[in-house]
Amino acid sequence: MKQALEKIELAAREELSKIADPAELEALRIKFLGKKSELSAIMKQMAGLSAEERPVIGQLANRIRTDIEAAVSERAAQLKAEASERKLREERIDVTLPGKAPKLGKLHPMDAVMRDIEDIFIGMGFDIAEGPEVEYDYYNFEALNLPPDHPARDMQDTFYITDNILLRTQTSPVQIHVMESKKPPIRIISPGRVYRSDAVDATHSPIFHQIEGLVVDKGITMANLVGTLDMLMKRLYGDECRIRLRPHHFPFTEPSAEVDVLCFNCGGKGCSMCKGEGYVELLGAGMVHPKVLANCGIDPEVYSGFAFGLGLERIVMRKYGINDMRLLYENDLRFLEQF
Amino acid sequence: MDLSMKWLSDYVKIDAEPRKFCYDLTMTGSKVEGYEAEGSDIKNVVVGKLLSVAPHENSDHLLVCQVDVGKAEPIQIVTGANNVKAGDLVPVALDGSDLPGGVHIKKGKLRGVESNGMLCSLGELRLTKHDFPYAIEDGIFIIQEDCKPGDDIHDAIGLNDTTVEFEITSNRPDCLSVIGLAREAAATYCLPFDPPEPKYKGISGDIGEFLNVTIENDTLCKRYIGGVVRNVKIEPSPRWLRERLRASGVRPINNLVDITNYVMLEYGQPMHAFDARYVSGHEIHVRNAKEGETITTLDGVVRELSPEMLVIADAEKPVAVAGVMGGEYSGIMDDTVDVIFESACFDGASVRRTAKKLGMRTDSSARFEKGLDPKGCLPAIMRAFELVELLKCGEPLDKVIDKGDRSRDRKTVDFDPKWINRFLGTDISREDMIGYLERIGFEVVLNKVVVPSFRVDIECKADVAEEVARFYGYNNIQGAELTGVANAKLTPKQKLLRKIEASCTALGLYEIETFSFISPKYYDKINLPADSKLRSGVTIKNPLGEDTSVMRTTVMPSLCEVLARNYNYRNPSAAIFELGSEYIPTEEGKLPKEPNRLSVGMYGNGVDFYTVKGIIEELFESIGIGDVEYEAAGSGCGFDEISMFHPGRVAVAKINGEPIAILGEMHPAVAENYGIGTRAYCAKLDVTELLDLETAERTYKPLPKYPAATRDISLVCDDEVPVASLEKLIRGAVGAVLEKITLFDVYKGEQIAGGRKSVAFSIVMRSADGTLTDEQADAAMKRVRKALDGAGAEVR
Repeated sequence: MKQALEKIELAAREELSKIADPAELEALRIKFLGKKSELSAIMKQMAGLSAEERPVIGQLANRIRTDIEAAVSERAAQLKAEASERKLREERIDVTLPGKAPKLGKLHPMDAVMRDIEDIFIGMGFDIAEGPEVEYDYYNFEALNLPPDHPARDMQDTFYITDNILLRTQTSPVQIHVMESKKPPIRIISPGRVYRSDAVDATHSPIFHQIEGLVVDKGITMANLVGTLDMLMKRLYGDECRIRLRPHHFPFTEPSAEVDVLCFNCGGKGCSMCKGEGYVELLGAGMVHPKVLANCGIDPEVYSGFAFGLGLERIVMRKYGINDMRLLYENDLRFLEQF
Repeated sequence: MDLSMKWLSDYVKIDAEPRKFCYDLTMTGSKVEGYEAEGSDIKNVVVGKLLSVAPHENSDHLLVCQVDVGKAEPIQIVTGANNVKAGDLVPVALDGSDLPGGVHIKKGKLRGVESNGMLCSLGELRLTKHDFPYAIEDGIFIIQEDCKPGDDIHDAIGLNDTTVEFEITSNRPDCLSVIGLAREAAATYCLPFDPPEPKYKGISGDIGEFLNVTIENDTLCKRYIGGVVRNVKIEPSPRWLRERLRASGVRPINNLVDITNYVMLEYGQPMHAFDARYVSGHEIHVRNAKEGETITTLDGVVRELSPEMLVIADAEKPVAVAGVMGGEYSGIMDDTVDVIFESACFDGASVRRTAKKLGMRTDSSARFEKGLDPKGCLPAIMRAFELVELLKCGEPLDKVIDKGDRSRDRKTVDFDPKWINRFLGTDISREDMIGYLERIGFEVVLNKVVVPSFRVDIECKADVAEEVARFYGYNNIQGAELTGVANAKLTPKQKLLRKIEASCTALGLYEIETFSFISPKYYDKINLPADSKLRSGVTIKNPLGEDTSVMRTTVMPSLCEVLARNYNYRNPSAAIFELGSEYIPTEEGKLPKEPNRLSVGMYGNGVDFYTVKGIIEELFESIGIGDVEYEAAGSGCGFDEISMFHPGRVAVAKINGEPIAILGEMHPAVAENYGIGTRAYCAKLDVTELLDLETAERTYKPLPKYPAATRDISLVCDDEVPVASLEKLIRGAVGAVLEKITLFDVYKGEQIAGGRKSVAFSIVMRSADGTLTDEQADAAMKRVRKALDGAGAEVR
């Protein structure tokens, strides 16, 4: 009996070593450990053994059963691991194939930059004001200290609808609307479309965008204007950005300035982008003319303010290195996809 | 304004290099556009003396010259010109020289004879007979100047000035003059500047015999000075005067005309000279033109005058348009004997209107329209007479007629250094301020600034602050941050627009920017009916062209243009949107409304009607608007743009019964109009109207505690029946326990009778109070069947 048991153990171990898949393993388990297995048959014969033999054989049979069970489950684990490894190997994919997520669209570069600028100003406490694009002459010119036949009107070739209705040539009329409807403190920007009768070419468009800024309060100084523009430019272009003011003339501000920023391309040394100047012109600004304040019912003896206006196209073109303004209004998807 | 640096040096000595000068003047407010050294494109050209001129051995028309160019040995040059002879001084372009227009001269052989350069004509140096009246234009320039062989040509013929181009702003007409800029330059460099005081001797005589002046409109003519020069001798001006005019961009004509131009450039005061013979009755009347009057101006054009225009007339007729241009016969001719000089001050706005109406803007009108100083008239005419005597080209009468001078007290403005510092945010001393102001001709008396008369732009304290600031230096003002409460937020409209933008890009759409004006023909392209109200929009009186002549009443044509353009560029697919305005006329003389619109357009990439509908649905979802109903759209749907859609594939979206959006497939005929060779899909959504809708605040609904019961139902109905109506029916029949109803199949074809379709829904029911029993679910489905039966749908 002892020999028979040892033979079973030997056979089991030998067969076990040849097992290649879980089904064979199950068959083997039934063959050696099932109710109809040799081992079970021997166990059943135990009752006929002598009292001395029974514990010895019994122990042996139990040990063999336990060992075979352990060997089977070990083999099962092994097989599972192998199978899983094989599966993982088979499931290998080319991770360099492109992703499948739905494609996002994009904002037009002008709007993307406009939102950035608006957010900068919101952060600086400027509300965003709006006004009509088709505007009365009064708001676009007269209230801004540009009476009829003022020579500075020539600087802004105007599209007229009637004698006193026009397409606004600047976003400055929004200043007037705001000052007429709200008492200081005022802190706004007014972004939007403006119109001038310039034929379309690489640097001109009859429609373009401006962002006008206006601050009116007690004690507002030209130093505040400088500080605000400096902060704007640093937030827009980075802390290295430097600005420079040049005296200029706008009928609605006094003093007036044109504001340049250090050329991004050459850092001030002078290059083709800045035409050797080291600086590029970016915006116009100044202290709100007392007459403009008075036109809006704000006492210039009590309040002062500053205003500035920047051209969005110029900023966008500079930011992305776009050399032809027509691209911005052509809306070729091959262009729009790049931003 | 082109400034001759040589001319400037009459009044102020500048040491700075031109580049630095330009920068410095720009920073004190006289903006420089650029500068140009005269003849800078001419290099290595010298004066040569012809030692001998001999025929060319191989040519009849070429000459071989031996030329002394100041070197030890003469050089040999072959020329084709025949106006040269031994002894002449000529410009010689040496081997390796540059001439204007990128011409480069090298030595070579002409018909086998060595030539070491080129003899130059006036034209080759980019000069004309106006510059050197004694020279000829079709031949070599024979130099009659004081120079010797080897001299650089620039110095020899005075081609060595530097011209600085200023961009003078419209408030500073005083700087449209050499003297005005000299004052600014001197102030910039803290140099002394004394305005010149012209003097002339004159001859005695009764001016009344030659001239009587009447100002009939003293609003438009603020001063008129007339003077007379007798026995004029018309000839070319001397070289120095011609050079200065040339450097200033003015063509020399003859001495008398040149003097008027010279004075205008130097003093900024336009002048005019009349031939006294043609001033009928020796009378000058400054008056408005009469109805129907005409004048032939100096340029030979007959101009029709109108009564609001100011003219200079003699006893009979207008002889000049005041401040704009003289008449044909009033000008100076070779046989002119007596000349009347005019130095006057006309109203700026009037000159501007007249020049604009007549379509002739002149150097004179450009100055007058900015508003000139009446005080400037007298020094100008005195300077003209001084020049007449200097050039010995006539005899001025010692007295002038001066009418209309109403020089008032000097203009003063408050001087308040504290206020200026408060306004600028600076800490400039009173003394420094006075220093800056005095440099530019202002005078400070106690607490007043006396403004010089030529500064027509200075009116208030802020103006004085600017003068202080520009000489203190704008860039010396230290920036200061704004203080106070910064409390800004987006308006509901701005928030909505941003949300729509974000959703559109998330849905795969690219944003576009199109012009707000369009061609009226674009309405035909979208097949808009002839009587559509959208055809009457806001029209631009002076458009760039028909293509951009009306403000759009619908955004759709712009969208179609962009789709077409991309299709044309062979972009395989497009998915675009624009948030733009429409311009809807209101009352006559009132501003139009400018509502915001969203337009969406797409083609390619497998998109169909349901893609564009899905986008609109998701948009409504993203901005929190539910209860949108979609209906097949027909005429009268609220959108005239329905004309551009496929009649069987177009829907309107309605909220509370009001149309809010239209969407569908582009009509094939419209696609053809645009040359779009594929199916395209478009939508338009009225954004402004959305703002008026209450968008419900979203609140949390507890997650379901009890399981749902799901039932599918399949039915067959007429093809004409909209699925939405079936869904509505089912919704009503299920009642409160309905959680969700999903369409999962629509089928037409085999096994379904013609004209019918099979539709299948999945219905999810759930109760918040407990697990829904089968009985409850079945009862609900029974109600559904009954409802559908009643509507002629056959449940399968």
